Amino acid sequence: MDKFDAIIVGAGLSGLGAAYTLAGSGLEVLVFERGDYPGAKNVTGGRLYVNPVRNLFPNLFENAPLERFIAHEGVTLMAKDRSLSLGYSGSELREEPHQSYSILRAKFDRWMAERVEEKGGIILSKTRVDDVIKENGRIAGVVAGGDELRADVVIACDGVLSLLSEKAGLRAPGSLHDFALGIKEVIALDSGLMDERFNLQGNEGAARLFVGEVTRGKFGGGFLYTNKESISLGIVVGIQDAAGDESSIDVPALLDEFKGRPEIAPLIKGGSTVEYSAHVIPEGGFKAMGNLCGDGILAAGDAAGLALNIGFTVRGMEYALASGYYAAQAVLKARDSGRFDAATLGVYQNLLEQSFVLQDFRSFEETPLVVGNPRIFSHYPELFGNIMKDIYSVSDGPKRRLYPTLRKHLPLGEVWALLKDMKEVMKI
Amino acid sequence: MSESSGLKAKLGLDVFKPVGAPHIRIRPGMEKDPRLKCAVRICPAGLYSENEKGEIVLDVDGCLECGTCRLACGVEVLDWKYPEGGTGVQFRYG
Repeated sequence: MDKFDAIIVGAGLSGLGAAYTLAGSGLEVLVFERGDYPGAKNVTGGRLYVNPVRNLFPNLFENAPLERFIAHEGVTLMAKDRSLSLGYSGSELREEPHQSYSILRAKFDRWMAERVEEKGGIILSKTRVDDVIKENGRIAGVVAGGDELRADVVIACDGVLSLLSEKAGLRAPGSLHDFALGIKEVIALDSGLMDERFNLQGNEGAARLFVGEVTRGKFGGGFLYTNKESISLGIVVGIQDAAGDESSIDVPALLDEFKGRPEIAPLIKGGSTVEYSAHVIPEGGFKAMGNLCGDGILAAGDAAGLALNIGFTVRGMEYALASGYYAAQAVLKARDSGRFDAATLGVYQNLLEQSFVLQDFRSFEETPLVVGNPRIFSHYPELFGNIMKDIYSVSDGPKRRLYPTLRKHLPLGEVWALLKDMKEVMKI
Repeated sequence: MSESSGLKAKLGLDVFKPVGAPHIRIRPGMEKDPRLKCAVRICPAGLYSENEKGEIVLDVDGCLECGTCRLACGVEVLDWKYPEGGTGVQFRYG
């Protein structure tokens, strides 16, 4: 064949979402993957929210290798010597269809790639794409393994750094305040023990987030997700915060400290780490997005900056799947007109604007600024921890009334600052 | 470099396929560039360290290909590529 209908670079969720859709419409699709198999280079925290993308991929998720549906949510403010937790569980989280699942990417992506192959898409693993082919100002294909391969359109789904988008001129190397670093251990644990420790029944799963001392008061947090037979435990730190700090914040050591916390250690006791991974997450939101398309090229998923910090969690995988789907729709529309220039492919932007993807990005446009407030990570965990300490404390003398106890921690200046911070939160 | 021997043990759990030529290099003459210093603390695999001459040195064995150093230090000091296809870390869980 001298030319493919579409070449997709990267077999992650955006690339596979695009390939599944295009191959399903009968197009000749070639997907490049530099790992040994799809998923080999991919990492999630992680949880996938299925609801927003269920209708874009009918019947796909029913047999997917999802881990556990999340029925228990929890958030913990972590101070140096104490912590304050809030758990949530509701009947709607136990009802089908379940809104979110913990997943492991090496398993999930590999499975989804097989579904793409069933549709007739070609997946070429172990192959790194080195460059784009530019002809008459447009992208005409890619260079991989020394060969030139051509297509009507190239879809850059090569992840957060998207070297391909850089080479195609869609974006410049990112600025560090728009990115966070996630590191994670997958800890194998007997599923019976897990059920007991997290109050899980059947295939229920738990998701927990941790804010405060886990990142030594810097931007970021800790996370824990239960998989079928393992726990995904990790931390996320803002790269600017971690890089700019000359004090002793040593990122790998943060995870070990987190594991050693009395809130965490009993949960993973008896488990054994089976993998250690790291990945960068785009967190700049709407303001940090690159160009979504150029002549002969589209970008989707992390490659387009499509991950979003919505305050209590960072979402990316459903935006990746959806943007892959909409990129494919844009390609199908462009085929109707026989033109693959930026203006024709620009329908991709409109499709994303009409979908939950860019609507979410606009709704949460201010979130990166609001959650960038350092008081969230350093001050409040200690403040609320200390309030709880005094409320629960009974010493050998008489106990102080509750209201004066609260006022001791919340003088007028503190209340005023708290209200000001709350006002910022109202932007989310 | 993170001194914890635990880090080496953790990396030992991962599947790595040998990369040929190093895929990330400190550009010649940039070994003492202040932009490289943060990589010593921030690299999740602890691959950067400072030698007695005050130069930052990099050993790509154990690279998790996260891209943090490319963002934190910049492409002016680092010549940064992904490893060849079918080499480098191969996550089994992810």
